[in-house]
Amino acid sequence: MTTARPTLSLETELRAKRASGRKLLMPYVTAGIVPDWLELVEAVIQAGADAVEVGIPFSDPAMDGPTIQEASVQALDNGITPASALSALATRTFGVPLLAMTYYNLVYRYGHERFAADLARAGVSATILPDLPIELADDWIETARRHGIENVLLVAPVTSDERLAMLVERTAGFLYSVSTMGTTGERSQLDDAAAVLSARVKAVSDIPVVVGFGISTPEHAVAASRTSDGIITASALMRRILDGASIDEAASLVADMRAALDVADFADQRGNDGSRHGRHLADG
Amino acid sequence: MLHVGEQTRIAMTDPSDAGFFGEFGGRYVPEPLVGACQEVEAAFRDAWSSDEFRTEFLTMLTDYAGRPSPMTECSNLGSDLGLRLLLKREDLNHTGSHKINNVIGQALLAKRMGKTRLIAETGAGQHGVATATAAALLDMECVVYMGEVDMERQALNVFRMRLLGAEVVPAMSGSRTLKDAVNEAMRAWVSEVTNTHYCIGSVMGPHPYPWMVRSFHEIIGCEANRQSQALLGGMPDLAVACVGGGSNAAGLFAGFADSPTTRLIGVEPAGGAAVGRGVPAIVHGMKAYFMQDEVGQILEAESISAGLDYPGIGPEHAFLSANGRAEYHPVTDDQVVDAFQMLARREGIIPALESAHAIAWVIQEADQLQGQTVLVNLSGRGDKDVQQVQDRLEQEAKLEGGIRA
Repeated sequence: MTTARPTLSLETELRAKRASGRKLLMPYVTAGIVPDWLELVEAVIQAGADAVEVGIPFSDPAMDGPTIQEASVQALDNGITPASALSALATRTFGVPLLAMTYYNLVYRYGHERFAADLARAGVSATILPDLPIELADDWIETARRHGIENVLLVAPVTSDERLAMLVERTAGFLYSVSTMGTTGERSQLDDAAAVLSARVKAVSDIPVVVGFGISTPEHAVAASRTSDGIITASALMRRILDGASIDEAASLVADMRAALDVADFADQRGNDGSRHGRHLADG
Repeated sequence: MLHVGEQTRIAMTDPSDAGFFGEFGGRYVPEPLVGACQEVEAAFRDAWSSDEFRTEFLTMLTDYAGRPSPMTECSNLGSDLGLRLLLKREDLNHTGSHKINNVIGQALLAKRMGKTRLIAETGAGQHGVATATAAALLDMECVVYMGEVDMERQALNVFRMRLLGAEVVPAMSGSRTLKDAVNEAMRAWVSEVTNTHYCIGSVMGPHPYPWMVRSFHEIIGCEANRQSQALLGGMPDLAVACVGGGSNAAGLFAGFADSPTTRLIGVEPAGGAAVGRGVPAIVHGMKAYFMQDEVGQILEAESISAGLDYPGIGPEHAFLSANGRAEYHPVTDDQVVDAFQMLARREGIIPALESAHAIAWVIQEADQLQGQTVLVNLSGRGDKDVQQVQDRLEQEAKLEGGIRA
């Protein structure tokens, strides 16, 4: 069912890694949260990230909880802008694909064509724009595609089957599964909804499914990966930086998640059967 | 008693299926909220075409909120200014402002949708009080998000909401004013969407809110049109209203937009002039005019009036501004405080600081408006602002005293 979609770099890479039996680990870093944030990107890659989601901070991050809000304020106070974040990324070559996550107003203001060109110049493979829903995303998706940029769409527990079919058709790179009905942020326990949602996606598509929102510990990472292809972790990592942890201390969370994902036995979870996996999550 | 047929005058155009007024509006929400917006839209379309719902709505506006609100001719201030000044008295509604119209509409709709909780954002507290009131009446839970700064500025309204049984949650992010309260309410809505209706307080947010909220306020313009006809035998030369998000202005304009000789004027605070200083932006689920910096970060509005302390304007106003049907002009805080006192002294009416913006513009423009008939929507009463104005005037007196000494 996905034959019509041209496969671009991020999706190709994620599919290859998945085929090798690896669970995908994508940490999020707010651009500009600390002056040497590029070192933090490097450090999480060294710690085992398969891709890095770089957040370009916005003044009104309505999808984000307190931690990412605080990280955004700190980064904006440090003077980061969309252009300066992309310029900084362009000065280096990273070993894994990069994604830019931001809110649509910054892209709209930058201009679709210019933003896509600057993303490509910065070596960014994909975008995540949570407040640009699929109905209004055509122009951005087409512009981005011409520059080789994939646009990742979100799916939520409340998404209808009809919309899910549209989302798996139009997303590129992977499908971002919102684990719970809420904002980003650390949680002590994961929602069963994540497992149910991943199973729904798996039933209709082979697009990689990556779970985000509330993945705070290696146990969460393993639990969420049982029914999906991997996870995004954001707030737990940014919390460490906001609390003054060194880059190495913060990146150790990613290393711990990598290690947990690599040693966990996912063999009994093959077959995309989501029906029983919710039970495991409470153990985290 | 109003009849269903009386509220059929809709001089403004409905949005497109996707919720756009021209290029403005839309539904820019994250995937977890798409379904909720669709649900609200379907429920509103169904309810608004139902005679039963309209009758229930209008009955409550009459028997509970005290509609119709009168139109008052202000002969003293009018003759001072050399014009004919009429006020549409939304300040006389239950809870003291126009906000009750929208809140009753949305609370009834929420009930119809089977929701048990209402959440709302509030700036000055008027929308929060109105929501808490409707929730108390309809036996629903109520949580109101309010900027921490506004909670200090409007402590009386905070207590009022609590008295009505609502929980008031401070918004601590950003400027800690109305825009941040909207962010908090949207975040809360995502996590509670199954049993909770987000009762947005102005003509803003994702489709269908700007259209729905205007529809619930159209009664202001419908009554005012009828009252103008009765009092003047025709339409006023100007219809003037203050604009934050723009709900009272939208309600008033709906009654006069098809009267080509009536100028429609929205008055913004100089520190929150979304039309004057804004450019198109996508925030809070809509494309509209917002004050923003050169890269698109939204700026903080600054106004004496917490209710207008919003850096954007609703999409239909952006559309009316772009197509030239309505004009939007700024006034300063000093002008507003002068107008507040002038209306009190000359007419015995203490306006809300928000509504005083509209009066301030009329005073400013009086030379150009000689002999004309000016209808101002007095959107709310000023009891909530008395302490703040007193403090400001005492501060000014002290400064003047200091300079003299």
